[in-house]
Amino acid sequence: MSELSLGNGASLVYSLPEIVLGSAVVGLFLIDLVVARKELLGEIAFVMMAAVMFCTALVAWPEGRALFNRSMVVDGFALYFKLLLSLAAVGTIWMSLGSREVRTANQGEYYALLLASTLGMFFMASATNLLMAYLSLEFVSLTSYVLSGYTRHSRRAGEAALKYLIYGGVASGTMIYGMSWIYGLTGSLDFQEISTALAQQTSDPLPLFVALVLVTAGLGYKIAAFPFHMWAPDVYQGAPIPVTAFLAVGSKAAGFALLIRFFYTGVAHATGLGGWAYSGGVDWAELVTVLCILTMTFGNLAALNQQANVKRLLAYSSIAHAGYTLMGFVVLTDEGLRAMLFYLTIYYLMNLGAFVVVMVVSNSTGREDLDGYRGLAWRGGALPAVAMAIFMFSLTGLPPLAGFVGKFYLFAAVVQQKLYFLALAGIANSVVSLFYYAKVVRTMFLDQPVGGEGVVTVDAWNGALLGLLTVATVLLGVAWGPLFDLADRSTHFFLG
Amino acid sequence: MASNVLSWMIFTPLAGALAVLCLPRHQESLIKGVAAAFTVPPLLLAIWLFQNFDRTTSAMQFVTKVPWVRSFNIEYFVGVDGISVTMVLLTALLSFICIFASWGIQRAVKAYFALFLLLDAAMMGVFCALDFFLFFVFWEVMLLPMYFLIGIWGGPRREYAAIKFFLYTMVGSVLMLIAMLALYFFNEPHTFDMLKLAEHASSYPLAFQRLAWLGLFIGFAIKIPAFPFHTWLPDAHVEAPTAISVILAGVLLKMGTYGILRINFPILPAATREYAFWFLIALGTWNIVYGALCAMAQKDFKKLIAYSSISHMGYVMFGMATLNPQGIDGAVLQMFNHGTVTAMLFLLVGVIYDRAHHRDIEGFGGLASVMPVYTGWTALAFFAAMGLPGLSAFISEVLVLLGGWQRYPGLTLVSASAVVLTAGYMLWTMQRIYLGKTNEKYLGFPDISAREIFTLVPLGVIVVVLGVYPHAVLDLIDVSLRHLNDVVLSGGQPVADAVSSGAAVAVGLR
Repeated sequence: MSELSLGNGASLVYSLPEIVLGSAVVGLFLIDLVVARKELLGEIAFVMMAAVMFCTALVAWPEGRALFNRSMVVDGFALYFKLLLSLAAVGTIWMSLGSREVRTANQGEYYALLLASTLGMFFMASATNLLMAYLSLEFVSLTSYVLSGYTRHSRRAGEAALKYLIYGGVASGTMIYGMSWIYGLTGSLDFQEISTALAQQTSDPLPLFVALVLVTAGLGYKIAAFPFHMWAPDVYQGAPIPVTAFLAVGSKAAGFALLIRFFYTGVAHATGLGGWAYSGGVDWAELVTVLCILTMTFGNLAALNQQANVKRLLAYSSIAHAGYTLMGFVVLTDEGLRAMLFYLTIYYLMNLGAFVVVMVVSNSTGREDLDGYRGLAWRGGALPAVAMAIFMFSLTGLPPLAGFVGKFYLFAAVVQQKLYFLALAGIANSVVSLFYYAKVVRTMFLDQPVGGEGVVTVDAWNGALLGLLTVATVLLGVAWGPLFDLADRSTHFFLG
Repeated sequence: MASNVLSWMIFTPLAGALAVLCLPRHQESLIKGVAAAFTVPPLLLAIWLFQNFDRTTSAMQFVTKVPWVRSFNIEYFVGVDGISVTMVLLTALLSFICIFASWGIQRAVKAYFALFLLLDAAMMGVFCALDFFLFFVFWEVMLLPMYFLIGIWGGPRREYAAIKFFLYTMVGSVLMLIAMLALYFFNEPHTFDMLKLAEHASSYPLAFQRLAWLGLFIGFAIKIPAFPFHTWLPDAHVEAPTAISVILAGVLLKMGTYGILRINFPILPAATREYAFWFLIALGTWNIVYGALCAMAQKDFKKLIAYSSISHMGYVMFGMATLNPQGIDGAVLQMFNHGTVTAMLFLLVGVIYDRAHHRDIEGFGGLASVMPVYTGWTALAFFAAMGLPGLSAFISEVLVLLGGWQRYPGLTLVSASAVVLTAGYMLWTMQRIYLGKTNEKYLGFPDISAREIFTLVPLGVIVVVLGVYPHAVLDLIDVSLRHLNDVVLSGGQPVADAVSSGAAVAVGLR
């Protein structure tokens, strides 16, 4: 064990964000007991989360460290995801503060659970041990179940929580079974040791194949990849809007973090010159390529059919985007990795923005169906309508918006490896996706209100968030250099 | 100033779009005035460009090159040669004119003019960009304003037309994106610089060139529009408001053929040579005949003009495919001429539509006695479109056919006889709308207004002047095209002296 692999005491210094976050969770519960004005709790949570983000940015390590006897690491990759996850949490809390749904619920527990979920995601981003990975994933799942059913009086929310729980239970059971196979094959839970053991193995790859399929099921559930996506549409539709946004951007990013780290450091090895190769004789990249194509195709086709409810539409769109992101996963290059990191951040911006618009409309009119958006631009909702149009076109991948740049790098990584069929599949899907994204835009701008849609007003708090996300989406479409460089620097794993 | 002239031309309309957005919504005449004011500097700069353009070199001029994204070697790289400067002139002129053709817009005036100026900036950008990535960005940016301009301010079936236009173009551009990335990674060091991509043209294997060529070609062919990708055009034209039809036919269609000349020809010369001699020429001929036949069958005035555009753009493809100086010069001249002539035609359709609120050719009759001045202008535009000697389109069509005759006498005969079809449907339309018994419903129509005449005059002057003195444009394009032609014929080998080979078009004309 090298000196970069730290024991429990020494690790504490490097876990400042997690310590602050953990204290914040406990603190919120305590403050809830003494504070009479419950609206304050959200603001306190907001400040706390901002502090966590600051701590994360503050503790920037040039070289990595293994923490807590190799159960976690801190490296550029984890750091990038922690920043992204903090952003997701800050954005969600900001949304929650302006949400009518959340205001009527018990706010103390809500914000504490939100922060607790974020803490779990932090662990997912830095876990390098199957046990740690499983525990953090379960932690995130459990808090998410409660959050998605948080508006207790809504039947849909109850249904969402139950469905999420049942699917989640099956997925995690499958995953831990797969993990036990891996332990049986390699005799270790540590990603690095698994990789070493697999590299020396020459036996039949079938058991490893089975194990990987099982593990993929659990992780695919978290990122909502086909065929483990079934929970997503119902949960997205039923959960309170800020929670939906959190699941769509935060939970998905954390799932990707764990997926990438497990496969790249556990079942693959770097070949130098920015390339990667699979270990143990199982070409999992090929397997995931099939998954990737199916995911984006299914997500888009289902979204085409599902145009009544905007939250549901965004759920299918988020499935499709998991598929696009996986394009960076299967190319097995550093270019693919950084394209994924970059894309997840861009995806965070535009998807969170879309959900803010959904929330603004729902706050004013109580409607989440597409008909409720008819002529939005012409009845007081010019700002949300323009913002939504920008997010929709960005999700389609049109320049000069950030979504284009994100997709551009994914396609670039794919074309560089000469995987033209995958590129063509991605392209066909982009065109299909235009159809339903443009339908939302069409409803807002080209259709006339028929009356009864209600007037949409945006308060300053939500307007500011919307403005911020819109500007960021446009700005990153023109000047994305700094963010891309950050993603580029973060594509390195600490292997100890 | 002189070196950044192109950037000014691109970003002035963009600044205009932002300025319009800042104005109060109800000050409609102020909005129109500001929008018009922001199209003047590009027009003046275009005239300055026309005067100061060096006509003796095929090199890029007025170049600006600034790194944009260093880590991926993307540059803000703009410049013009003879081909693009012609298109820049056309864009600047038509944008200016179309602001005045949009004066009658009533709904959401602010949004209309902001989007229009954004479209203007993107079009300029496409013609000036020399970095493939930049080109692609401008190409795509054009889509959004166009979608809204057709979709919000269009006719009854505007939603269908707008999404159809959008989807067709998107299919093309994603194919272009893949081809672009493939080219990027083929070069070491990776680059999007079109000039560098062209320099290495001889190192791309033929199989790769063929695939990339087809990917790019489909993207551009949708824009031209070439059969069988043309079906979005009649729909878009019929539904679009007048000014947008003018921009669509006058500038956007040219981007298809421009893209082929700018990217397919110099970067993939071996594949170009291969495809030009059977595929491109056949497609061009087919477009000429098919477009003319379809036009003849139309009952809607605007749809007729739309199909005539398909036919006329066929001449451009035909000219390009000849791969000799006459044909290719004729092609680019035809691009410019079609831009001006079709713009006039759509403006004239707009004039009658504003008054009658329908475009049914059979529903008019004898308009000449009610609106004599208007009829006079229409006659000029119709004769120009027919290719009457003395008017601009005659020269370009003759050059194209002259070029064609040297290589494909048979197909040239077919194409040339399509001129008869064109004359047929044009004169027949003329007869049905303007001559014959006067329809009493339209007796009280006011003649063409001063504002409407103002939009037509510059185009009319150009049509007449280029009919007698085509060298105004030919001199601009000749050297660049000659060089391009040599590059393609040599399969991408460096050409020592571009001017020395081939018979000069200029001489041939004198």
